[in-house]
Amino acid sequence: MSAALDDRLLYQGADWDFGTLMRIHDACAEIAGEELGLDWYPNRIEVISAEQMLDAYASTGLPLFYRHWSFGKHFAQHEALYRRGLRGLAYEIVINSDPCVSYVMEENTATLQALVIAHAAFGHNHFFKSNRLFREWTDAKGILDYLEFAKGYVQSCEEQHGEPAVERILDSAHALMNYGVHRHRRRAPDLQSEQKRERERREHDERMYNVLWSTLPEKTATPTTRGDEERRRALLQLPQENILYFLEKSAPRLAPWQREILRIVRNVAQYFLPQRQTKVMNEGCATYVHHRILNRLHDQGRISDGSLLEALHSHTSVIMQPEFDDQRYSGMNPYALGFAMTTDIARIATSPTEEDHEWFPDFAGCGDAMPVLRHAWSEFRDESFILQFLSPKLMRDLKLFHVLDDTAQPVLRVEAMHDERGYRRLRRALARQYDPALTDPDIQVMDVDLSGDRRLILEHRVTAGRLLEEQEARQVLRHLASLWGYDVLLREVEQDSGASLREHAVSPPR
Amino acid sequence: MQILDRRLNPSGRSLPNRQRFLRRAKSLVQEAVRDASVKRDIRSADEGGEVSIPLHGIREPSFHHGGGGIRDHVLPGNKEYREGDEIPRPPGGGGGGGGSEGSPDGSGEDNFRFVLTREEFLSLFLDDLELPDMAKRRLVDGTDPIWHRAGYSVSGSPANLALARTMRNSMSRRIALKRPKPDAVQALEAEIAALEGDPEQAERVLALRAELERLLQRTRLIPWIDPIDVRYRRFEPLPRPVAQAVMFCLMDVSGSMTEDMKDLAKRFYTLLFIFLQRRYKHVEIVFIRHTHEASEVDEETFFHSRETGGTLVSTALEEMQKVVADRYPPGEWNIYAAQASDGDNAAGDSQKTARLLVDTILPACQYYAYIEVGREGEHGIPGFPRGPTDLWRTYEALVTAGAPLAMKKVRHRREIFPVFRELFAKRGVLEGANA
Repeated sequence: MSAALDDRLLYQGADWDFGTLMRIHDACAEIAGEELGLDWYPNRIEVISAEQMLDAYASTGLPLFYRHWSFGKHFAQHEALYRRGLRGLAYEIVINSDPCVSYVMEENTATLQALVIAHAAFGHNHFFKSNRLFREWTDAKGILDYLEFAKGYVQSCEEQHGEPAVERILDSAHALMNYGVHRHRRRAPDLQSEQKRERERREHDERMYNVLWSTLPEKTATPTTRGDEERRRALLQLPQENILYFLEKSAPRLAPWQREILRIVRNVAQYFLPQRQTKVMNEGCATYVHHRILNRLHDQGRISDGSLLEALHSHTSVIMQPEFDDQRYSGMNPYALGFAMTTDIARIATSPTEEDHEWFPDFAGCGDAMPVLRHAWSEFRDESFILQFLSPKLMRDLKLFHVLDDTAQPVLRVEAMHDERGYRRLRRALARQYDPALTDPDIQVMDVDLSGDRRLILEHRVTAGRLLEEQEARQVLRHLASLWGYDVLLREVEQDSGASLREHAVSPPR
Repeated sequence: MQILDRRLNPSGRSLPNRQRFLRRAKSLVQEAVRDASVKRDIRSADEGGEVSIPLHGIREPSFHHGGGGIRDHVLPGNKEYREGDEIPRPPGGGGGGGGSEGSPDGSGEDNFRFVLTREEFLSLFLDDLELPDMAKRRLVDGTDPIWHRAGYSVSGSPANLALARTMRNSMSRRIALKRPKPDAVQALEAEIAALEGDPEQAERVLALRAELERLLQRTRLIPWIDPIDVRYRRFEPLPRPVAQAVMFCLMDVSGSMTEDMKDLAKRFYTLLFIFLQRRYKHVEIVFIRHTHEASEVDEETFFHSRETGGTLVSTALEEMQKVVADRYPPGEWNIYAAQASDGDNAAGDSQKTARLLVDTILPACQYYAYIEVGREGEHGIPGFPRGPTDLWRTYEALVTAGAPLAMKKVRHRREIFPVFRELFAKRGVLEGANA
């Protein structure tokens, strides 16, 4: 290789220093900005050790989080797997914040760092900044400060009320974490004013508290009219899908600090909801971006052939999708599906077939993939993305098929496969699997029996005969009862007919 | 674009979480540690290790679907199936993809496995063990004093700055030296500002200005806080009484002990040694080994050198008696002894041994433990496969007579941990002698 060519290389060999990282970042930024037209938050790259990476894993990837035994448990678990060599560590973790923080491991080679920077600092970063769900549901500017506040607040509660009391609340809140989210947003979150709210909310709580109690004598005195009933339910915002929110606002026996802790858990759950809803797209975006950037760097002669091969090696192992009968199969790999769909969209945009024209008249053959992709990345989530963009060709390539498993039947049935008759049904079935609102059990707070024993009534709308796993459901209900302070009843009700299938009644611990 | 190096951040950030986790799962982990310790090689007693605890105790529950009902799977890699085909249900779950569904925390196993560090392992293992009857306490100087507050000093480290006292000194000095108050200065400035521009008051303003100048000058000369105001909290060490204890390790290394037996005895002492070192800072350890003659040796020799000869147990007791008389007056020291032997003794020595024990050793001791090591091949019938040995019979008679003596047999490596636990479990030790 000539000396002139060598000069253009960003790095040589596997070693790197901060100057290398800086050069890689700037080179990537050039391509990401000019050629891909991405838009990103300012980057902050933090170099960490393997132990710190394990640590970040354990606390759900957040850099500063309050203390809880479950994070210690997860750490121990990851550590044991890592030590036994059963599991490698992720090369990076990236946080949806402004500035966008990416953690890279010190053990990575220079090529891996380039891959990671292109992947996280540009791919994920662009997605966080542009995707509608993240824009509307999360507050990237406020999250780091809010976590700092949450950590400090939990710690001060521990000092004031003792670790066991705080631990009990957190345990209960964590059990209900998936039911601590609003799925239909009314306004954008503002985490920065949370601290101020902490004081104001106490008064608000007391107002709610009064509402609960003031209805009592009236109810016993006069027979309930239908109007009263509806007014009361409206005041309590029933039915309510956000159980933690309901408890925070309305549970009669919680102290203000306990309500605040519920709120913290709820806010964190809300912050993570978009990530659950866009796993495939997010990884697809980041993988596609690093693939494009690294290939381009190679074209420009800024990384060597060897580096490109090393990067491709990592790339292909990340997007590996084992088939369903493979030992290694454990569900669809979001990287694989995301990357395949993204490249497929690019293909349709630039060199469509007859079939693509028919299926995607809007953009087939439009010539430039990036505007189409940027639009998809900003406006969709996994469910709608798959519903909109999964092409027949890709279904054929992946050899997808839809199996219906009815436990009442002795055999499974193939409902649809990758053929003319099956494309649309197959696509719908796959899309449904990526909607947390459909995959999580649908449980809502229905009513509070205020005139009687203040029993909290919840309802699980059962679809397709899928009941709750009983033992764990009872454990969660015990947590719920201890927060509510009175009896809790969960009815499992058939979605369509409204028939009651099963009931779980739990009393709070005394 | 920023690059931060976080590697230098203090490590062990997750330590508080880990401690919380261990505390929460303490009883489970402790059980696991005991189970694990049975299987472990004692040489690795000093290391951490992987333990496995049942998952149900530390589960984080959540609402999720149970089995049953209708579910959809979209799977990749279709090879032969056509629409409408029927597939026999694969064993253990639905449709291949359902395998990981029931475990939201990603661990479908029944057991939770993780690694304990050496510190954690030992502290859990030794958690409820203690030397019995640590009664005699005495003042020793220098070691481990309690620091207590002793007034104020004019020098010290910034961390010990006594703020209230410093400010009190500062205030009294300011009052005594009549440092002008900020209020006075402000009032003066306000007055000047009000009168300024009024030609009739020009003289007055001039006087006021001079006065203000004087006040400001004085303020500068008399500082708010002067070094002479500063006080620090002073601490003084106070020696505190500690329970001093000495452990005598008596080991038979005579020819009748096979290598296996010596190995067992040494393993036992290793554990004892670790236990004492970790739990009691003020325990001294005396190593005595004997054949037909006894000598006090250092740790290295005790554990690692080889020797052989006849067996006279009484020599070891005599040696111990001598050491006690020389260095450890029983009035001031808590004395413990652990003796390991294969139970053989020269004919005629048993009487002497018993007499020595009863007359001098046991009265001086808080606790005396006897471990009889047997051959590894001898397991099968628990208890006494060959009939009791000379020494066992001798000691048993003493126990029956009420001597503070505990006896245990160890025939296999795996028995060492449990036997050790029984010997040093909190309370109720003495009555366990014949178990």
